[in-house]
Amino acid sequence: MELFQGIKVDWLGKRKMFFAISVALLVVGMISLAMKGHFRYGLDFKGGTLVRVKFQDAVDIGAVRKLLPQANIQTTKATTGTESNVPEYQIELEQDTKKGQAVDASAGREEVTRALNMAFAGKFTIISSNGVSPKVGDDLRKQAVSATIYALVGILIYIAFRFEWIYGAAAVFAVFHDTLVTLGLFSLFNYEINLTVIAALLTLVGYSVNDTIVVFDRVRENLKTRRREDFETVLNDSINQTLSRTILTSGLTFITVIALFLFGGEIINNFAFAMVIGIIVGTYSSVAVAAPLVLVYSNIMRPKMAASRR
Amino acid sequence: MNKRIRTRSIVILAITVLSIVLFAGLPPSLAGLKKNIRLGLDLKGGIQLVLQVRVEEALRTTTDQTVQALQAQLQKDNISVRQITRTGNDKLEARGVDPTRDADFRNLISGTYPEWDITSSQGEVPNTYTLQMKNKAAAEYRVAAVDQALRTIENRINSMGVTEPVIQKRGGANEYEILVQFPGIDDPEKVKGIIGKPALLELKLVQGTGSFPTREAALQQFGGVLPSNLEILESSKADSSGAKSYYVVNKVAGVSGRDLKTAGVSRDENGRPAVSFDLNAAGAEKFGRLTEENIHKLLAIVLDGQVVSAPSINSRISDRGQITGGGAGFSQDEAHDLVLVLKSGALPAGMDYAEESVVGASLGADSIRHGILAAVIALTSVIVFVLIYYRASGINATVAMILNLVVLFGAMAYFGSTLTLPGIAGVILTIGVGIDSNVLIFERIREELRAGKTAVSSVATSFSRVFVTLVDTHLAALISATFLFLFGTSAIKGFAVTLVIGLVSNMFTAVFVSRTLFEMVLARKGRTDTISI
Repeated sequence: MELFQGIKVDWLGKRKMFFAISVALLVVGMISLAMKGHFRYGLDFKGGTLVRVKFQDAVDIGAVRKLLPQANIQTTKATTGTESNVPEYQIELEQDTKKGQAVDASAGREEVTRALNMAFAGKFTIISSNGVSPKVGDDLRKQAVSATIYALVGILIYIAFRFEWIYGAAAVFAVFHDTLVTLGLFSLFNYEINLTVIAALLTLVGYSVNDTIVVFDRVRENLKTRRREDFETVLNDSINQTLSRTILTSGLTFITVIALFLFGGEIINNFAFAMVIGIIVGTYSSVAVAAPLVLVYSNIMRPKMAASRR
Repeated sequence: MNKRIRTRSIVILAITVLSIVLFAGLPPSLAGLKKNIRLGLDLKGGIQLVLQVRVEEALRTTTDQTVQALQAQLQKDNISVRQITRTGNDKLEARGVDPTRDADFRNLISGTYPEWDITSSQGEVPNTYTLQMKNKAAAEYRVAAVDQALRTIENRINSMGVTEPVIQKRGGANEYEILVQFPGIDDPEKVKGIIGKPALLELKLVQGTGSFPTREAALQQFGGVLPSNLEILESSKADSSGAKSYYVVNKVAGVSGRDLKTAGVSRDENGRPAVSFDLNAAGAEKFGRLTEENIHKLLAIVLDGQVVSAPSINSRISDRGQITGGGAGFSQDEAHDLVLVLKSGALPAGMDYAEESVVGASLGADSIRHGILAAVIALTSVIVFVLIYYRASGINATVAMILNLVVLFGAMAYFGSTLTLPGIAGVILTIGVGIDSNVLIFERIREELRAGKTAVSSVATSFSRVFVTLVDTHLAALISATFLFLFGTSAIKGFAVTLVIGLVSNMFTAVFVSRTLFEMVLARKGRTDTISI
C-alpha cells in the first residue's frame, strides 16, 4: 500500500500563504494572551494549594463555597473509581503573598480540611493535595524559561555543526515558532500551563526538529549531485521526496499522543494537548517555515553562495 | 542460517531474556514486576515534602554560641569587657575591651576563633571590636546546617518505620532544600509534626516564684522594661480554665538538648506518661552546678521556646531529669513522639515547607489504569497501521517495537529508575519515535526497490544511509531530554529518563534487531526475489 508516490507540489512557491497562516496563528495567540492578561498558570508556577475532594454523597456546591469564600472551587471529572455519578471537586486556594509572611505550602490543605470539617465532617475524603509556595513557583517559572532557551541553543549548535549554520538557524526559528503557536493556543483554549507542559514543549523542541533534519538531510544529499540547479527546485524536490516519510512518521507519533490525549486521564491531559498541537505544528513548520527561511537566505546571499556552494 | 545471522540472533535473544528477567523476575511473574519497577508517588500514592532550612537561623545560633564561649573565655583569661552582644546573624560586638589587654584580645581571637575577622571601631564606647564571620566559614556553616538537618530528619524517619522513604538534598548551591518522600502514607500532619519539630530542649532558671497569667503582668514586675538577660516565655499547654501562663526566665539556658545523652518514656508521680532524659558528662556537670546553686528556685523545662513545666529544684541533681506534661499531662502518643524527636537530636534551624504533595492511593491506582490504557491503545493502533501499510515487513516493525519496550523496562529496572505518570507518557512517546525509525528505513527500502535494486542491496543500502539520519534525530531529542532532566522535578526527571533510555534502546532495536530480522528472511530467498514491504 502506497500513499504518497510521485507527489510534486510546489511547496516553496506557496511560501507567502504559509507565512500568512503562521502570522495568523501567532496573532490569534497573542490576542488571546493580551485579553486574558497572562497565561493560565498551574500550581507549579503560581504557588498556592490545590485540593481534590470527594464527598460521599452529592453536595450543594454553594454550601461548600460558603465555607471557603476565598477559594476557587470547580467540579472536575471524576478521576477515581468508576462511580462517576458523584462528582469530585477541585478546591484551589491562592497564596496571599501581599501579607509578606513566609508562606507555608502546607497551610492550604489544613485550611481546607478545617473548613470542610465544620459542615461535612467524616463525609469527605481528600484524594490528593498539592501545595507550592509562591517563591518556589517563581523559581520554577524562571528555570522553565532558561531550560527552554538552553535547549534551543543546544539544538542550534548541534544542527549548525552537522549542516551549515543557516540550516541551524532556520530549524531553531521553526521550533521557536512552534513553541509560540502552542503557547498561544494554550491561552486560547484556556489550558493550564504547568511543569509537565513545559516538559512537553522541551520534548517537542527535540522532536519537531526531526522532520526538519530529514528534509535538510535530503537537501544536502541532493546538492551533492545537483549543484547547478535552481536552489528552489532542489528544495521542493527534497520536500516531495521526503513527504512520504514525514507524513507517516508524524502521523504515527500523532496517533500515539492522541491516544494519550483521549485515554490518558485528566492529570496528564495538558501534557497530551501540548504534544498533539506540537506535532501538527512541528510538521507544518518544517515545510512552511524552515525551508522557506533557507530559500530566502540563499536568495539574498545568491552571489556569494553561487561562488562558494559546495 | 549463516554464522553472522546466528551470532546476531543469539545476542538479541540474550538481551531480551536479560531484560525480561530484570523487570519481571525469574521466573517472570506479576509479583516480580511489582517488585522491580519502582513507582513514583503519583502512581503509588504517598507524601512528598520539600523543606527549606532557615540557614540564617543556624548562623545566628552559631554566633550566639560564640558570644557565650567568648564571654567565658575572657572571664577565664581575666580580660575585662563591658558587653558582648550579637549584632547580626554573623556579626558580634565586644564593647569596652580592657585597653591594656588589646594585644591579648587580638591574639585570642586569631588563635581560638580563626573564622572571625576582627575590626576595631570607636563607637560611643571606646575600644569596641566588631567580629564578622568570614564568608567562607559562614558558607560552610550554612551547608553544615542542611547536612545536620538531613541527618536528623533521617534519624526520625527511620525510627518511624516508613518503607522506602526518600531523603535527599535538593536544589542548587544557594537553595538549602531537603526533599522527603513517604510512599504509601497519607497523613501529612503526623509526618510533618515529627519531621518539622525543632525539638530544642532548654532548661532555664525562672526568675521569681511562679508564673503570671499574662505577659503584661509579668512585665510589671520589672516596671515595664525587661532586663536584657531575661525573657518571657509562654507555657505550651493551657490549664483547666483554658488560659496559658507566662514565665520570666533567663535567656541563656543552663542546660540544652546538646547535653542530652538519651531519652525514654516513663511515668510521672501520678502514673501518667512522661519523658525521662539522661545527660552526658558535660551536661551533668552543668546541671549539677545549676541545681546546687539554685535550690528552691523554679527550673523551666522549655521545649521549642515554650515552657512545658516548671518544677522546683529540691536538691542537687546531676544526670537525669523528667519532663512531665504539666497540668494536663502527656498522652502516650505525645510522650512517644517527644522521645523520638529528642533522641534524634534537635534540628539546627527552623524549616519552611516549600512544597507539599499528597496523593491518595486510589488516585495513584487510577493514574496507572489510565496510563496503561493509553499505552495499549497507542501500541495497538500503531501495530495495526504498520501491518496494513507495510504488509509482512510490518511484522518486522512490530517485533522491533515490542522488543524496544522490553529492553526499555529492563533498563529501567536495572537502573532503579522510578516510573511516574509523565514517565508512562514517555513510554508512549517512545512507541511513536520507535516506529518512526522503522518507517524511515522502510520508506528508503521502498525507494531503492522502486529504483530497481535487488531486495538484498536495498536493505543493506537503506540501513546504512538511514543510520546517519537516525543518529541525528536521536541526538537532537537527547539534547533536549538532557535539559529536561537537569532542570525538572522528580516527576519530570522520570519522563526524561524514560525518554532517554527509550531513545537509546530504539537505536538498538530499529537498527540491529530490524536488520537481523530482514536478513533472516532474505537468507531464505533467492537473489532476485523481493520482500513484502
